[in-house]
Amino acid sequence: MIAIIDSGGANIASVRFALGRLGVEAALTADPAVISAAERVILPGVGAAPVAMAKLDEAGLVDCIRGLTQPVLGICLGMQLLFDRSEEGDTPLLGLIGGTCEAFDPSAGLTVPHMGWNRLIPQDGAGTHPLLAGIAPGAHVYFVHSYAAPVSEDTVAACDYGGAFTALVARGNFMGAQFHPERSGPVGAMILQNFINLPAGRKG
Amino acid sequence: MLTKRIIACLDVRDGRVVKGVQFRNHRDMGDILELAQRYADEGVDELVFYDITASSDGRVVDKSWVNNVARRINIPFCVAGGIRTIADARAILNDGADKISVNSPALERPDFITELAEAFGTQCVVVGIDSRVEEQDNGQVKYVVYQYTGDETKTVSSRRDTMAWAGEAQRLGAGEIVLNCMNNDGVKRGYDLAQLALVRDAVSIPVIASGGAGDYGHFADLFEKTGIDGGLAASVFHSGQIPIPSLKAFLGERGIEVRV
Repeated sequence: MIAIIDSGGANIASVRFALGRLGVEAALTADPAVISAAERVILPGVGAAPVAMAKLDEAGLVDCIRGLTQPVLGICLGMQLLFDRSEEGDTPLLGLIGGTCEAFDPSAGLTVPHMGWNRLIPQDGAGTHPLLAGIAPGAHVYFVHSYAAPVSEDTVAACDYGGAFTALVARGNFMGAQFHPERSGPVGAMILQNFINLPAGRKG
Repeated sequence: MLTKRIIACLDVRDGRVVKGVQFRNHRDMGDILELAQRYADEGVDELVFYDITASSDGRVVDKSWVNNVARRINIPFCVAGGIRTIADARAILNDGADKISVNSPALERPDFITELAEAFGTQCVVVGIDSRVEEQDNGQVKYVVYQYTGDETKTVSSRRDTMAWAGEAQRLGAGEIVLNCMNNDGVKRGYDLAQLALVRDAVSIPVIASGGAGDYGHFADLFEKTGIDGGLAASVFHSGQIPIPSLKAFLGERGIEVRV
């Protein structure tokens, strides 16, 4: 069973529907016991990092998520929440992956939010990560975000928008996609399928 | 590199896709789900569903199809039309829409944009602007925002300057602007590049062009001559005159970054 963490935000339905198209049922839940017992966990999220962290805290989910040993996939803001900190409201995050999420700078001539389809650039040595199985280098996926995580040793695929940032990240069983696989056409569906195919007990 | 987006707009009335000329004389174009699926399969980058009757009739968009679209397609889509309350927007987003677009209600009460952004994040909030070019007595043109354009008998000037309103919408929390150039809508002579460039310069959020696409070259002009992020069209796509895969191939050959 896949648990989708109900962080109270909108857009959660899209993730469920995407899994449904792959023939997989998912439970939307904020119950720590259900989440801990799931084979896989998805942490979706849109909106602001301080609000999302406050909601996880209120629901008693911060320690629950930190203690998960099954495959976990954060999506969009849910990926950012796995990192140490966000510049957004100077917020401490879950601290499962090193790095600070920083705002894109519109004064540099960038349109912000970074909204639309951009390319995945697999990182050296990460080409064999199972999340990228069957995905061609340079494949387009759909992004919507104003903050981004830096590239680090945990970056599986980067993306370029006024400089490189982390598009797909993995540290052990904790994985994250800055883009929306549920809205990224066949490429996104394949990445979700790759996540589903990971052994349930995998700890990287 | 971020690609230029090709967006198909499905104007919805009474649960069917329709299209008029300069917002009038609407013709039936087909079933919502069938068209949405066809566009997703053909590689369109995004869909906008725009209930053109809702705002002017004082009723909220009929949402029964939003959930069905969200279950079926795997590309982003936006829903517009008569969204007047946070509850209206939440229902549509919870049904699986990625973005909601507001137009007349934001002109009536601009703080609504801020309330939406605070509730759902700026990335969910699109502000649609219906703009008309008007010649003044001194021969110079001005750009004026119109309201209630879904019904020709109720369409009125808001008396707002288009560039000023775009800037205000961004300041209030809009994450994207869709600029409908009313003079060009449905007449297929190309996008209003001059007006679009002015709006592009007035904001730092994404701007989508609407109104005027009639040929492949019109999309190339848009992306080569302005910094506009996406081109939206309806009838040329619905009629099959410009198939999405052919358009993407054409733009790609011109060196314009598109998703293929």
